[in-house]
Amino acid sequence: MRHLLSISDLNRGDALSILDTAVELARISDAPVKKLPTLRGKTIVNLFFEDSTRTRISFEAAAKRLSADVINFSAKGSSVSKGESLKDTAQTLQAMGADAVIIRHSASGAAQWLADSHWIGGSVINAGDGTHEHPTQALLDAFTIRKHLGSTSGDLKGLHIAIVGDILHSRVARSNVLLLSLLGAEVTLVAPPTLLPMGVQTWPVKVSYDFDSVLPHVDAVMMLRVQQERMQDLFFPTAREYSHFFGLNRDRLNLMKKSSIIMHPGPMNRGLEITAECADSARSVIVEQVANGVSVRMAVLYLLLAGAQQEQGGLLA
Amino acid sequence: MSVALPAADISRALTRIAHEILERNGGATDITLLGIPTRGAHLAKRLAQIIATIEKVPLSEIAVGTLDITMHRDDLRLRAPRALMPTMIPPAGIENRHVILIDDVFFSGRTIRAALDALGEMGRPKSVQLAVLVDRGHRELPIRADFVGKNLPTAHSQSVKVHLTEIDGVDEVVIEDEVSA
Repeated sequence: MRHLLSISDLNRGDALSILDTAVELARISDAPVKKLPTLRGKTIVNLFFEDSTRTRISFEAAAKRLSADVINFSAKGSSVSKGESLKDTAQTLQAMGADAVIIRHSASGAAQWLADSHWIGGSVINAGDGTHEHPTQALLDAFTIRKHLGSTSGDLKGLHIAIVGDILHSRVARSNVLLLSLLGAEVTLVAPPTLLPMGVQTWPVKVSYDFDSVLPHVDAVMMLRVQQERMQDLFFPTAREYSHFFGLNRDRLNLMKKSSIIMHPGPMNRGLEITAECADSARSVIVEQVANGVSVRMAVLYLLLAGAQQEQGGLLA
Repeated sequence: MSVALPAADISRALTRIAHEILERNGGATDITLLGIPTRGAHLAKRLAQIIATIEKVPLSEIAVGTLDITMHRDDLRLRAPRALMPTMIPPAGIENRHVILIDDVFFSGRTIRAALDALGEMGRPKSVQLAVLVDRGHRELPIRADFVGKNLPTAHSQSVKVHLTEIDGVDEVVIEDEVSA
């Protein structure tokens, strides 16, 4: 496999290989020397057309821990603001000898387009494309769920996960639905009807409009950010009403199983989809998700870049 | 395919290596056994068991772990990525310890070079020693073993396989003649 564009490109074995590799790489974070020589001499470009804090930094930390050279490119302050096209930008990166391009773009399918274009010879990793997918976020979420609730190896069979909030605009939700169901978990989407996408009935999930009735049964609740920057219409009457029906607060926390965990891909709108009390509670793994992100992205970079390129077949020899 | 080392010989070789390790290091207090996965890790556990019996101490007092060297290999970019194996360093760490690396077959020496690199990033052992069940020759680097179960002269085209009960259900070392492709 050369690119990571969508969770739908992975089979169950590939997904488990990435998670297992990440388990071993997570130990590096505790070692006195947090560096491996594995990708020495490789150049990795962070090509970010959209704002990002944790994803870009996480990829950068992962690449650096594997000794790769990292070039950060953000559209702001580059020639993109002078009107340079994606093609010219990509060809510039190719001329600089990029072994991998990690792309985030506001257009769904941008990563696929770059991978199919043959403008660049290296691997393409999707770090979020529009409202389509964000595969490494789903992988780090699955890693976090497995670490807390699953067996150390193996899949997520028997676990029930609720994804709550702005499903319509969420690439995190799309990737997570694919990955969590691939790994055997049961997924329930909770959202107002206006924030559910067309065709959601064909997804491998249950849908509920009643958050309180779902909460007692779930092992993990994944709160999504209300993406105001992508909302051109009015999707709910007021922020207060949204919080009342779909926000995670103390009363809802008390409805959940004692063993359950609270997740959020960040950045959070504290007070809107989640109260500060829940975000900072002992059951919240939100900060840990960030740490796990580095391990999972190291695993992806290792599996895509370290070995000889295989045109066909799975991730591992 | 021929059996070069039957089960009884493997057991005798490990017992002798255990004695040699203890003799060289003046007992078991300062040694850390690190097996290279997968079969080296099982051999390390067996050596720890034998050493505990010889020294008449509980097994828990013998520092034993595993060291995966995949990320330090020099042939990574030549083949498809490999799965990573667990690295478990005993709680005492490797700082100022006599670290004994343990592997099943000693061949080119490249695995051990990678292991030395991996150790270097974890700390500074007092010494690093190497114990192998089989030394089949054909070194490509200036590395030698301190403790050898059996020297097996082989042709480069042959392959040496160590089978252990923990994985393969049987203890034996076999030499296979490569079918000419």
